[in-house]
Amino acid sequence: MAEAVAFYGLTAVALGASLMVVLSRNMVHAAVSLIPVLLAIAGYYVLLGAEFLAAIQILIYAGAITVLILFVILLTEGATGLRVRPRNEQVPLGAITCLVLAALLIAVLTRTPWPQTRSSLPEYNPGAVGESFLTAYVLPFEAMSLLIVACLVGAIVVARREE
Amino acid sequence: MIGLEHYLVSSALLFAAGLFAVLTRRNAVAILMGIELMLNAANINFVAFTKFVSPELVRGHIAALIVIALAACEAAVGLALVISAYRHLETVQVDEINLMKW
Repeated sequence: MAEAVAFYGLTAVALGASLMVVLSRNMVHAAVSLIPVLLAIAGYYVLLGAEFLAAIQILIYAGAITVLILFVILLTEGATGLRVRPRNEQVPLGAITCLVLAALLIAVLTRTPWPQTRSSLPEYNPGAVGESFLTAYVLPFEAMSLLIVACLVGAIVVARREE
Repeated sequence: MIGLEHYLVSSALLFAAGLFAVLTRRNAVAILMGIELMLNAANINFVAFTKFVSPELVRGHIAALIVIALAACEAAVGLALVISAYRHLETVQVDEINLMKW
């Protein structure tokens, strides 16, 4: 019961705020409404037994990425974007595409008989995640580190002012 | 009782909202926000499938962590590109950036 209340509350926040992100004319409002969406998704992770992921979601997404996005909005033209047309001429077509895609996805996802198990998550899942990253998934882990270094260098090179 | 399908439907709706932003917004930063929404929708699916389908090895958590790292990289490089484009072209509206269109 409590789980259902939490789930529907989080869903209302996530979907409502994501509509704000998509539809708001004011870019700053859109970026700030991204924060409740990401926090509601962290709430989903807690409900799904992924507490470590929820913490990472709050730290990296709700903390770092939204701040970065806000910085860039404030550094670029007119900041809020209120004086320019916010959308291109593809709105009807885009809306139809998205509604059809959502309907198809929901139809497929709810009709597929997923193989559900009775077993449960490991007791301490940050430990399980860390262990897998250093055993079976060590290669993706190292590739990810390389990628992060590369994109750090790339971001600095691209954003640097030329002499 | 909240089951797998509830999470899947919610993530499908979030994905569609993100796609709408990517398809119709003119501001490059708004498009990046749409991409973040889509990546998050995929992450919800990973974690939900981990809980309900194969929980023992927490594979979905690992996939979700990798996606979060990729999203952070994508945001850093994407926003650097936006700043660079703004510096050279003085606009961030993607339909006005058409130097490479012949």
